[in-house]
Amino acid sequence: MNAPQAKNRFVQRCKQLALGLSLVGLALQVSAQTRVDDAWVRATVAGQPSSGAFMTVTASSDSKLLSVQTPVAKLVQIHEMSMKDDVMKMQQVDSVALPAGKPVSFDPNGYHIMLMNLTGQIKDGDKVPLTLTVENAKGEKESIQVEAVAKAINTMDHGTMMHDHSKMH
Amino acid sequence: MSTLYTRRTVLQGMGLLSLGLLAGCDDSSKLSFNYGKDLSDKIMGRNFKLKNPEGETRMLGSYRGLMPMVFFGFTQCPAVCPTTLARAAQAKKLMGRDGERLQVVFITLDPERDTPELLDKYVKAFDPSFEALYGTLEETAATAKEFGVFFEKVPSGDTYTLSHTATSYVFDSRGNLRLGLSASLTAKECAEDLLTVMEVC
Repeated sequence: MNAPQAKNRFVQRCKQLALGLSLVGLALQVSAQTRVDDAWVRATVAGQPSSGAFMTVTASSDSKLLSVQTPVAKLVQIHEMSMKDDVMKMQQVDSVALPAGKPVSFDPNGYHIMLMNLTGQIKDGDKVPLTLTVENAKGEKESIQVEAVAKAINTMDHGTMMHDHSKMH
Repeated sequence: MSTLYTRRTVLQGMGLLSLGLLAGCDDSSKLSFNYGKDLSDKIMGRNFKLKNPEGETRMLGSYRGLMPMVFFGFTQCPAVCPTTLARAAQAKKLMGRDGERLQVVFITLDPERDTPELLDKYVKAFDPSFEALYGTLEETAATAKEFGVFFEKVPSGDTYTLSHTATSYVFDSRGNLRLGLSASLTAKECAEDLLTVMEVC
């Protein structure tokens, strides 16, 4: 009888189908529009109501970052810091342009994500989920889930404790 | 990271000509810094009177014998304030034993939201020796004015953030204003200039 054979063929088909589906899944992942690297959040002391989130965002086509959400803060805004004559100016922006293929830094020296009205203390090493909403030139919106790591409150730029390869003699 | 800038390093760097300065406190009106701004001829920040988190009144004279480095900010500041305080903690370490005389003073520009308890926890998270000061809104404004520090509230949704001067002001151990360190300098650069101030007094 060829029943076992038919069963085998069926199993094989299933395997092929599964492989095919996983390839489609993989392709979807690869074609995702925006990549987020090195996401971190500055840890807080107890009672401190706000903190900042920092990361590098690279979009594959011209896009803009519209908003960020996180369960740890009731209010999230995108701010731009600028420095002129050693005066630090802070302002809220509606969105940040993400030119195709160009990594855009959100760091303590420029754009950053303000996490306000925190629901609790953020401790060094905590995992902080962030959801970024990015819109491409066609007006298509994409949500990107990121898990940012909380780093010590005294972390310097780019998450490194020491970044001064000095010009000293 | 392991480099410590000792007095000796700075001494060598200053050269023979300036050796005379080291004999004792020198009231010369000019200092030569490699990175920061010489503020020796500026009369600023002499009359502030604020409170520390324990509620004690603090004035410039309270830090006699120490080298106060004054920075203005607020605890909800995500960028320049933590970076500058972290840099100050590093500079203090880089100065080795001389760093023990550096007294970092953080003056809040946001006394409405920065409670004494929060301020204390905040600055001590960077270094246990750091001291936070606060005043009323009027005292805060008067202190900022005395230092030539600009600050303003920037509305941000239903809350606000602050724009403010990011300079660190350094006094010598006799209370003379000496040095302005910009936010763009590194910890090593700050440490070197801070040791120059210590060589004078």
